[in-house]
Amino acid sequence: MSENQIKNLEAEFEAKISRDEKIEPKDWMPEKYRQTHIRQISQHAHSEIVGMLPEGNWITRAPSLRRKVALLAKVQDEAGHGLYLYSACETLGISRDELYEQLHTGKAKYSSIFNYPTLTWADMGAIGWLVDGAAIINQVPLCNTSYGPYARAMVRVCKEESFHQRQGFEIMMKLAQGTPEQKEMAQDALNRWWWPSLMMLGPTDDASVHTEQSMKWKLKRKTNDELRQQFIDQTVPQADLIGLTIPDFDLKWNEERGHYDFGPINWDEFWQVVKGHGPCNKERLAARKGAWERGEWVRDAAMAYAEKQADRKEKQVV
Amino acid sequence: MKKNWPLWEVFVRSKNGLEHRHFGSLHAADAEMALENARDVYTRRNEGVSIWVVESKHITASNPEHNGEMFEPAQDKVYRHPTFYKVPDEVKHM
Repeated sequence: MSENQIKNLEAEFEAKISRDEKIEPKDWMPEKYRQTHIRQISQHAHSEIVGMLPEGNWITRAPSLRRKVALLAKVQDEAGHGLYLYSACETLGISRDELYEQLHTGKAKYSSIFNYPTLTWADMGAIGWLVDGAAIINQVPLCNTSYGPYARAMVRVCKEESFHQRQGFEIMMKLAQGTPEQKEMAQDALNRWWWPSLMMLGPTDDASVHTEQSMKWKLKRKTNDELRQQFIDQTVPQADLIGLTIPDFDLKWNEERGHYDFGPINWDEFWQVVKGHGPCNKERLAARKGAWERGEWVRDAAMAYAEKQADRKEKQVV
Repeated sequence: MKKNWPLWEVFVRSKNGLEHRHFGSLHAADAEMALENARDVYTRRNEGVSIWVVESKHITASNPEHNGEMFEPAQDKVYRHPTFYKVPDEVKHM
């Protein structure tokens, strides 16, 4: 293809996106669009899959059957979300195996928040309430993103996600209304998860390298700082309602802005965790790799069985 | 030798009276496993009463680059639409 032809295709492509038309897998797209989407969708899928680990830690120790079935269902949803997203990503011409490979070798990232440990039962509440709450804020605008398969996957994810947040908030509320020890446990979980949840919405706008291009492709509809402000404004009254305190001395309603002002975020910590030096980075990756390697004989056996059955059927026909 | 599980496309009928609609895809070793996985991945909340799975490689798709030749012939055939035909106002429903 000549340079001019590519320019025309690119112009047509950008026009399509600005008309809010979707891009589908077999449509022509710029290589950078493809790569950016593979990066973002796979990172999203990996986050769902790795995100099962901190919660899986508490399934066997849930305090009641009601809590246990809810947590199981939530973790199962996360597996499902990972699978929707891997499928969407594969439509861009990358194989599932390559995607796993990228996760296992550390080439692809997943959300840093899952590199923090889940020390008490209250962490299940804090994760559902804060982490899923922040995820929803991030994900709702993606239901309108320009890449069709990603947008469709996100519609399904968002529909299922609100149960996750409500079950988490309910856990926190129950603990906050419980004995002083239980309330303290809830407050401790909030203290530990609050700042990482704010970081989860990504670096500040002036430090975010992908924002501008992503906004243009509607891969992003609001900037990180806008999303973070939205999350804070929405969560503070919820904490007040159940009598827990947000661990930020600078947090104050700003009448003029119509938003909460908040204290400085420790971005050094964020970058440390992103670079692999968080409390659980090694543990999480080892768990993923271990599961993949230990499952190999099962995958091979299933394939061998399927081939044998297909063979047998063929012989019967002959 | 390593062999990857093939890709399957999943179609779900959400209730009787509606058609099966494409829901997404998944990997499975064979058709039976594809059906079971489709149930777990795509119908955890009563989204369906019937599932079809078909191996993705069996689907033949049109090429969007040829959309011109493919779909333009229908564009100038306005006489295929009821509004092409004039009937007097007195004829209320036709």
